[in-house]
Amino acid sequence: MNDTNKLIDKEQLKGGAYGWPMGLWFTFFFTIPLAIIILYSFLGRGLYGGVVWQFSLAAYQGMCKASFAKVLFRTLWITAISTFLCITLALPAAYAMARSKHQTLLLFLVIIPFWTNSLIRIYAWISILATDGFLNNVLLRLHLITEPLHMIYNNGSVILVLVYMYIPFAILPLFTTIDRFDFSLLDAARDLGCTKPQSMYKVLLPNIKSGITTALIFTFIPIFGAYTVPLLVGGKDSTMIGNIIVDQVSKTRNWPLASAFSMVLTLISLIGVFWMLGSGKREKAETKRKEEKK
Amino acid sequence: MNGVPVSIKDVSRTYGDFTALDHVNIEIKQGEFFSLLGPSGCGKTTLLRIIAGFDFPDSGDVCFDGKSVIHLAANKRQSNTVFQTYALFPNLTVYENIAFPLRVKKFPKDQIDQKVRKYVHMVQLDEHIDKKPSMLSGGQKQRVAIARALINEPKVLLLDEPLSALDAKLRQSLLIDLDRLHDQVGITFIFVTHDQSEALSVSDHIAVFNRGKVLQIGTPYEIYEAPATKFVAKFIGETNYFDCTILSCKKEGDEYLMEVDVPELKSHVLVTDYDPQPVGAHQAFTIRPEKVRVTLHDPAVHAGQLINSFHGIVAEPVYNGFQSKLFVKLDNDGPTIRVFKQHTTFLDDGPEIEWKDEVFVNWTAADGYLVKDLDK
Repeated sequence: MNDTNKLIDKEQLKGGAYGWPMGLWFTFFFTIPLAIIILYSFLGRGLYGGVVWQFSLAAYQGMCKASFAKVLFRTLWITAISTFLCITLALPAAYAMARSKHQTLLLFLVIIPFWTNSLIRIYAWISILATDGFLNNVLLRLHLITEPLHMIYNNGSVILVLVYMYIPFAILPLFTTIDRFDFSLLDAARDLGCTKPQSMYKVLLPNIKSGITTALIFTFIPIFGAYTVPLLVGGKDSTMIGNIIVDQVSKTRNWPLASAFSMVLTLISLIGVFWMLGSGKREKAETKRKEEKK
Repeated sequence: MNGVPVSIKDVSRTYGDFTALDHVNIEIKQGEFFSLLGPSGCGKTTLLRIIAGFDFPDSGDVCFDGKSVIHLAANKRQSNTVFQTYALFPNLTVYENIAFPLRVKKFPKDQIDQKVRKYVHMVQLDEHIDKKPSMLSGGQKQRVAIARALINEPKVLLLDEPLSALDAKLRQSLLIDLDRLHDQVGITFIFVTHDQSEALSVSDHIAVFNRGKVLQIGTPYEIYEAPATKFVAKFIGETNYFDCTILSCKKEGDEYLMEVDVPELKSHVLVTDYDPQPVGAHQAFTIRPEKVRVTLHDPAVHAGQLINSFHGIVAEPVYNGFQSKLFVKLDNDGPTIRVFKQHTTFLDDGPEIEWKDEVFVNWTAADGYLVKDLDK
C-alpha cells in the first residue's frame, strides 16, 4: 500500500515536472507583471515617469475624482452594451453555422479577419464611416440623404467597431457548444407542444449555457480594457479606462496612477469572471441539494 | 384515452434525386399497434417524421380520424414521439422532463405534480424521479421518453426505433413492457423498426417498406407465411429462394396445385396455394428453412401426399443451442438448401445427422410458396 502511494507520488511529481514550461510562462508573463503593477500602484510618482521607491497611497487618492468616475461608469455601460450585442448577434450566427453544411468555410470566414492587423481594420471602419467616407458617399449618390451623416467619433461608432472586433470571440465558443448540441431535442420540444421560439428559449439556451458563459468572458474582458477603438473612432466623450491608463503612462507620466487604474480593471474583470463561473456552480449545487433532499 | 385511426394517402417525398417515399398509402385502425418495417434508408423514418409534423410530403395527405393534419405544425398535432436517441433534455431531471409538456401548456402546478407522479409510476421510475438523464441507464431513459410522450395524452404515439440503442436482452423485456403499455393506454401506436422479430412479436399489422415503397401490409402471420414479394420473403426471417416458371396449374378442392420448373434445382417442384398463377409466368419460389425436413432415407410418399424431395450432402452443420442449422449441398453441383432443425426432447430427433452425411431434404407442397419478384 505504502509502495503504491510512493509510486503515485512519484508519478505526480513527474506531472509537475512536465508542467514547467507552463509554470515559466505564467511566472514571466502573468505573475511578475501583475506583481509589478500592484507594487507600482503603491509607490510615489517619478517626475519624468517611473516611480519613486517610497510607499504612498497617492495613486489611489488621485483616482477618486469625478471625471475618472464618469469614465469608469462610461466604460462599464459601453462594455455592457457591446458585450450584449456581441452575444445576441453571435447566437443566431453560431446556430446557423452549426446547422450548415458548409461549417468549415463559415468558420474560415469568421477567422480570416484575424489575419489583418486590428489597427488596419479600425482604419477601414474610419474610411467607411467618415463624413466623406464610403457609406456617406453611397447614401448621397443614391439621394437618400442630402448632407453627410455624422456616423463616427461618437459612442455609437465605438460600440459598432467594438462589436465588430470582438464578435468572433463570441461566435467561436458558441459554435463549439451548439455544434455538440443534440438537435433532436428541438424536435422533441416541438413535439411536446413548444412553438419554435419557445423551443429555442426553453431547450437550446439552457443547454448551451457553458458556451454563453465562455463567450461572455471572452468578449467582456477585452472590451472592458479596449483603448485603440475609443481612441481612433471615439469622440471627445468616448474615453474609456484603457485610454486613461495609456495617457497616464505616456503623456501625464503618472505610472502609479496608471497601475492603480489597471488594478481596478483587473479586479472588476475578475469579479465578473468569478460571478459568471459561479452561476454555473450555483446551479450544480442547487441540483445536488435537490437530490440530497430526496 | 382513445386512439384515432390514421390514414396516409398517396404520400410522396423526395430529397433531390433520392425518392424517400413513393406514393405510400396506409390505413391504420384506431388503437392499433402498427409497425413500419424495412431496412435503413427505406423511408420508414421519413414517413414517421411526416406523421409527426417534422417533415412535409411533396404530395399526399395525412389524416387523423379522417381530418387532414398536414397543415398543422408538430406542436398542434395529437401525436407524440419517442425518439431513437431518447432526446431527453439533459439539463432537466426525470420529473422536469416528464412535466415539460404540461409546463409548456401552463397547467396548474398541483395538477402537473399529480399527473407526473402517475406517469412516473406507470413506467416504474419512482425512485429515479430527481435524477438527471445522464445518471440513468439506457432502458430507464427509454421509459422516461415514453412517459414524457404519453403525458400529453396523445391520440397517436410514434416510436422511432425506440429499442435500437439497447442490448438484446433488455430489448426483449422493454418490448413486452411496450406491448403491455399499449394495452393499458389503448391509443394508436406507430412503431418504426428495422428488426423483423420486434415487429413480428408486438404488431397488429405490419407495413414492409423498401426503397420508399410499401411492399406488403398484413398481420405478422401473413407477412411471414405469405410474403407478397421476394424482398419481403428475404427480409422477414431466413428463406430458401429460387427463380421459377409456372408449368401447370389445376384446381384441387379449395386450392390450386401448381407444378413449377426451377432451373437451379434442375427439377420440377409442386406447390399448392389459394391463388392460381398464370401458366408460363416467371415467379420466385421460396421455402422457409424450418419447414424443410432432413432425413437419411427418401420419405415414403403416402397416397395424396405431395412431397418434394432432393438428395444431397450435409456441407455445414451449425449447432445453435435450441436448434441446428444444416446447409445441405444438393447433388450434381446443385444449390445449398438451408434447413433449421428444432431440438426437442433428448434423442427424440431420430438418428443424429452429421457433417458429410448423405441425406434427403424434403417438404410438402403446401409449405412452399410463390412470390412476385418486383426487384427485376
